[in-house]
Amino acid sequence: MKTNPREDISALLTRFRNGERRALAKVISHVEDHRPGFEELLHEIYPQTGKARRIGLTGPPGAGKSTMVERLVELARSDGETIGVIAVDPTSPFSGGALLGDRVRMSRVQTDSGVFIRSMATRGSLGGLAGTTEEVATVLDAFGMDVLLIETVGVGQSELDIAQQADETIVVLVPESGDSVQTLKAGLMEIADILVVNKADRQGSPDMVRALEDMVGLRKPGDRKPVVLNTIATNNTGMPELWAEIRRIYDELSSTGGLLSKRRSRIQLHLKKVVDRQIQNLLWNSSGSREMLEMFVKKIEAEEETPYTACRKIMNHRGL
Amino acid sequence: MATTTGKVRVLVSKCGLDGHDRGAKIIAAALRDAGMEVIYSGLHQTPEMIVEAAIQEDVNVVGVSILSGAHMTLLPRIKEQLDELGADDVLLTGGGIIPETDMKTLAKQGIGKLFGPGTDTAEIIAYIEHWMKQKEKKEKKEKK
Repeated sequence: MKTNPREDISALLTRFRNGERRALAKVISHVEDHRPGFEELLHEIYPQTGKARRIGLTGPPGAGKSTMVERLVELARSDGETIGVIAVDPTSPFSGGALLGDRVRMSRVQTDSGVFIRSMATRGSLGGLAGTTEEVATVLDAFGMDVLLIETVGVGQSELDIAQQADETIVVLVPESGDSVQTLKAGLMEIADILVVNKADRQGSPDMVRALEDMVGLRKPGDRKPVVLNTIATNNTGMPELWAEIRRIYDELSSTGGLLSKRRSRIQLHLKKVVDRQIQNLLWNSSGSREMLEMFVKKIEAEEETPYTACRKIMNHRGL
Repeated sequence: MATTTGKVRVLVSKCGLDGHDRGAKIIAAALRDAGMEVIYSGLHQTPEMIVEAAIQEDVNVVGVSILSGAHMTLLPRIKEQLDELGADDVLLTGGGIIPETDMKTLAKQGIGKLFGPGTDTAEIIAYIEHWMKQKEKKEKKEKK
């Protein structure tokens, strides 16, 4: 029996639009794996995106992000909102496999039908998220989620992809995250809308909060100043306040046009990525690509070409 | 360069009340080292929680560890719910303290191979990889 791939996509889309969760999971897989037809799927569902509030959660390993996610999910649900979670963990550079262990901390919300949790492995991407996290977020948005929580891998100071993909970014630290010099370093501190010191019952917590407030105070007037909060996620201390602050900031961004400008940046970056991908495919994944590459490598070895003359010829050959 | 090619996704869970997770963790790590993406869902999962996670994560394989003796109730319940939700193409496998006769009975209900304590992780990896290959072959045939 012949199954037409286009019919499969079409059937899948219908089930997705009917709100079927298994179809949602399948569409996510299609998009995550870049399976044939994935761009068509994204194109079809794109008009339904834009409603979801995208909240990013990042910070060093062990800061308690996953526990905080579970609390935030519960708070969103008590407000009657549906919520999608994307939890990212690193792919092993040696085996290509991954242990996706964020879900472990979200047992309490596992069977709530207003919650959808998807674990993603980075699959080689280095900015703290997977290469297709943006597109998976698009899928959850199109499905109708009110809120999206995107949890990055445990990051250092320079994995900052989340700032481009979320409307609001929360950076979670723990009292052991370092002294005041650390807080001045670029990157992670600059992308935060909210800075949270979690595990606030640990020694050094008030000092950490003070160091962060000092750092924020050093910002130039007119620069956006992040809010500094204290939480103990395990017993929900400070979490309702964090959720309220997340809402307040989102409303503020909405009313000042900040949200529109963030989304415009996101669209621009994403468009460039989609086009770059097409160009890469045209250059390296089309028929004859491998032979073309091998031929030029041989010519470079034989000193008949340099990579630079070869480049010009390849571009001409592909009409670029 | 980042790759997005599909990987084998496996859910590793402990179902029921037993709290010994060392075996499950060893398997989870071994599967990761074999290149699979392992969603580890931890202790005290009910069949409903396991099935819900399997659906959301769109896994190829569900691996359940049961050391409490409740396998004859829990495994069929998981299988039944997976089938009901249209996930009958997911491999349900697992292990723990399960007598051979029970393994045979469960196999008749469509549950995959089950592994006793001390099984070499290489055997489990080989089983999953073989099952995936067979599934791919079958799907290719159906498309023709």
